[in-house]
Amino acid sequence: MSQRVSQYDADDRGYYGGTWGGRFMPEALVAALDELTQAWHDAMADPAFVAEFEAICRDYAGTPSRLYHAERLSQQVGARILLKREDLNHTGAHKIRNVLGQALLTRRMGKQRVIAETGAGQHGVASATAAAYFGLDCTVYMGSVDTRRQALNVARMNLLGAKVVAVDSGSATLKDAINEALRDWVASVDHTAYLFGTAAGPHPFPSMVRDFTRGIGDEARAQVLEQYGALPDAIAACVGGGSNAIGLFTAFLDDEDVRIFGFEPGGDGVETGRHAATIHAGEAGVLHGARTYVLQDEDGQTVESHSISAGLDYPGVGPQHAHLAQTGRATYRPITDTQAMDALALLARTEGIIPAIESAHAVAGAIDVARELAAEKGPGATVLINLSGRGDKDMGTATEWFKLGQPDDETGEPE
Amino acid sequence: MSATTATAFETARAEGRAALVGYLPAGYPSVEGSIEAMLAMVDAGCDVIEVGLPYSDPVMDGPTIQAAAQAALEAGTRTSDVMRVVEAVAATGTPTVVMTYWNPVERYGVERFAADLAAAGGAGLITPDLTPDSAREWIDAADAHGLDKVFLVAPSSTEDRVAMTTAACRGFVYATAVMGVTGARTTTSDLAGPLVARTKATTDLPVCVGLGVSTGDQAAEVASYADGVIVGSAFVRTLLDHADDPAAGLSALRALTEDLAGGVRRA
Repeated sequence: MSQRVSQYDADDRGYYGGTWGGRFMPEALVAALDELTQAWHDAMADPAFVAEFEAICRDYAGTPSRLYHAERLSQQVGARILLKREDLNHTGAHKIRNVLGQALLTRRMGKQRVIAETGAGQHGVASATAAAYFGLDCTVYMGSVDTRRQALNVARMNLLGAKVVAVDSGSATLKDAINEALRDWVASVDHTAYLFGTAAGPHPFPSMVRDFTRGIGDEARAQVLEQYGALPDAIAACVGGGSNAIGLFTAFLDDEDVRIFGFEPGGDGVETGRHAATIHAGEAGVLHGARTYVLQDEDGQTVESHSISAGLDYPGVGPQHAHLAQTGRATYRPITDTQAMDALALLARTEGIIPAIESAHAVAGAIDVARELAAEKGPGATVLINLSGRGDKDMGTATEWFKLGQPDDETGEPE
Repeated sequence: MSATTATAFETARAEGRAALVGYLPAGYPSVEGSIEAMLAMVDAGCDVIEVGLPYSDPVMDGPTIQAAAQAALEAGTRTSDVMRVVEAVAATGTPTVVMTYWNPVERYGVERFAADLAAAGGAGLITPDLTPDSAREWIDAADAHGLDKVFLVAPSSTEDRVAMTTAACRGFVYATAVMGVTGARTTTSDLAGPLVARTKATTDLPVCVGLGVSTGDQAAEVASYADGVIVGSAFVRTLLDHADDPAAGLSALRALTEDLAGGVRRA
């Protein structure tokens, strides 16, 4: 069995704090999940596997990502803001770490085919990329609502050689894509690995995805100590399913002086009901194999979530986040669509960095935290933000939101 | 006192045949319509009725059952309606179990669900996404109310897990014939026979086979080695195909039930 990586880690059956997580799955998949658990434990204990994973992340994905002092933004906020530049990774987000880890494990297990779910398409593109890298067959399930609004990512997956299946059932979005991927997996489990896209789902996925993304926090912690000689006062990340957040948080969980913040998609505002702030406004339940906070109605039917950021638009959340919220180790706050888009524009103009809308939620929330900390500790207060992805994919949304794409000025025709 | 599944399987065994277990989701085409359909299935020869609790995220169901369950939810079917359906069907004396994904039970309150199900005359629960090793609370509640606990075994289950699962079951064991989701299939599975044999080696409980059976001939084949034949999607398909003519749907449902009931008697 692998060593618990912090006092907030799961037990051997995947329960965090004895309650959250676990494995609520059809019996047909239990043998495969057990096999995966064993393979993951063995791999993490095998120095050759760990070294190969690190080498691929470095040489192919471009890690360790830089820790960047955003000076102009810092001046504006009145506290020191550090950005962990996961947006500069290959494929443009932290997600490449997770899929490279899972695909490497797939190869180790001797399976030839991978399946994945995707919402906005980022995990789908990352999975297709990893499949191409390792020479694996890849099928990506994507809600038909999402295939229409993210056609460019469908094209990217096609180009990378993946098969994209549009899912029409249910609400035809991310949660239904997960359902359909699970249905595929029940029938294909002997030769197929499911590359789960976030730190949610049945055991071992939350812990395994954490292991493959925790490099974010491990690197950031070493970088901040080396560059500033001290840990930050606070760290911040956006939370949809929660993979980039748990990737950042893990290294800092036992640093009790470092405050930890997760920013959830508040959509139109939690009070409107149109949001995806699962921890803030959801209730304990079981979704996609884990007990966690779920947006659900009185009868336990999943309620459709809403966020301007497709990557955060999920009615559940990784079970370790539920545990960190309940224990108070981390604080989760909602950020509305408007707050996130304002932060996106602010970062673009002060730093020349266009973040993914997902990551803009973290920037928006972290600025508030930085101001609170500066009031308490002075301008030396430091907040480290995981800039989990870049905004290229979001230019369509941003163009519509800000009414961009029109010249600001026109010179008159010569008379 | 409501009918138990044990009685139904004993009766079938005494008649030298397998039992026919028929599934429909509560609330499709309406709550009343689903009751009528289940009563027709009882009348035409189902020995046990499985009432499906429609759920928003049914990962073990294929397109047919998904479609009916989604329609039931869109029509406003509530968990309390499911209890009402159970009560109406169980009143016929035919043992009635609920098949449900786990979250609606947890949300309703596990103890409250068990108490209300027992009060409605329900015989127990089939839990497709809850395995015994995650089911402490349900097992306690079911035991307190004398309800059947029907867990699933699959072709991929290890020997240890088959034994663990059957030890936790009460009423009967649900053997999934194929690695896959619910839905009619043209051929029966060659995985089901060996799974039933492995399962029977660990328990005296009746072992029923589900997933993929849609005709009397398939039922006969499965009945040759199993104690019960579970049919779901074929019944649901029949209702879906007659959505604009409920009376024709009911007579088609009767005809299918009779064909299947003939099948379990032919083995």
